[in-house]
Amino acid sequence: MSGPSATWLYALVPATGTGVPADLRGVAGEPVRAVEETGLRAVVGTVPLGDFGEEELHTHLEDLAWLETAVRAHHTVIETLARGGPVVPLRFATMYHDDTRVASLLAERRADFEATLERVAGRTEWGIKAYADAHALAHGGTGDPANDAGGRGRPGTAYLLQRREQRRAQETAHLRASEQAAAIDAVLAGLADSTAEHPPQDAQLAEYEGWMVLNNSYLVPESRTAEFAAAVASLDDRFPDIRLEFNGPWPPYSFTAPDGDHDAGGGPGG
Amino acid sequence: MTVNQGPGWAAQSREGLSPARRGGHAEPANLADILERVLDKGIVIAGDIRINLLDIELLTIKIRLIVASVDRAREMGIDWWEHDPTLSAGSRDVVEENQRLRRRIGELEAGRGSDDDADAGYGLGSGRAEPRQEDEPRSRSRGREPGGGRGPKP
Repeated sequence: MSGPSATWLYALVPATGTGVPADLRGVAGEPVRAVEETGLRAVVGTVPLGDFGEEELHTHLEDLAWLETAVRAHHTVIETLARGGPVVPLRFATMYHDDTRVASLLAERRADFEATLERVAGRTEWGIKAYADAHALAHGGTGDPANDAGGRGRPGTAYLLQRREQRRAQETAHLRASEQAAAIDAVLAGLADSTAEHPPQDAQLAEYEGWMVLNNSYLVPESRTAEFAAAVASLDDRFPDIRLEFNGPWPPYSFTAPDGDHDAGGGPGG
Repeated sequence: MTVNQGPGWAAQSREGLSPARRGGHAEPANLADILERVLDKGIVIAGDIRINLLDIELLTIKIRLIVASVDRAREMGIDWWEHDPTLSAGSRDVVEENQRLRRRIGELEAGRGSDDDADAGYGLGSGRAEPRQEDEPRSRSRGREPGGGRGPKP
């Protein structure tokens, strides 16, 4: 590679784990390799500063197509490693000047990184989104506005009363959807070690209708995956106005913050 | 229930997920889901080359649209659109508009015709592109975006 370069970090894995696949390529199409130090392995790639320097990267990141390719490449490396054992994913665009600096990082923060690896080992992140059908919820129990006699004979009043009733039905529907989402979360959190909440996604770009009332990740022990999946299916039946979407398995992206930084789970230990 | 299967890596983890297996093949993971995790999650380590993803305005627009709700964006300190006059009526524009309207009212109250004002406001001379509607100068003036000081100058 010509020109100045940097070391891009993808993930941390135990040095005792399976090796980095030889054909794995990273964000710059570069071969991915390992930097090892005191029992830890950082999986890295060498990227040209001509494309990944601060200024250059800023320019590239404004191009959504470039961003998508790079983000998917970063994700692919992490996902591939996750097949082989525990992995701590690094935030996109974490770079050091060279491998020596990466080795120093591993030595300095060994205890912290080992604790994180321990916490995610044998566990998988599953994403659950819940969508509420606003229409069904709004018509599930409130009074029929047509029977409201208050505005009879007075069209203006009747109209306003109807509008008020609609607004009230909408609020009730929101409340009911939130309650159902909380009930769903309580069951799933009980089976997971930890829960992480994500903000609802933009309806237009994520292409969904209705309300996204839940967008959570759960860190589930592999021994409990089947039970977790069965619980999702059963909740989907129990709440007909809520549609559940189950995605994963994910490397534990949402569970890499130090203990306490993400929501404590409702699992047996917590 | 919908099951969106990533390129499944934990074969044993999928044992319980019969709906996913029914499909026979793994769907590529949804971009919004990937962005949400790759850009916003994962362990944060201050590297040697500091890339503050949140400094990048256009990127934040796109990510805000794709991933984050407005509230979450504000929480992350991304609120530049609230200061962008093209996206929110900037206060400067309001002041200008107010001054222009006051001037206009003063002129009307003083009994001046609107013809002069229309010409002055748009800076239009003989070279203007639109034919002048001599009989309806006021409606034309009202129907347009107020010209004030912002019209093209000769």
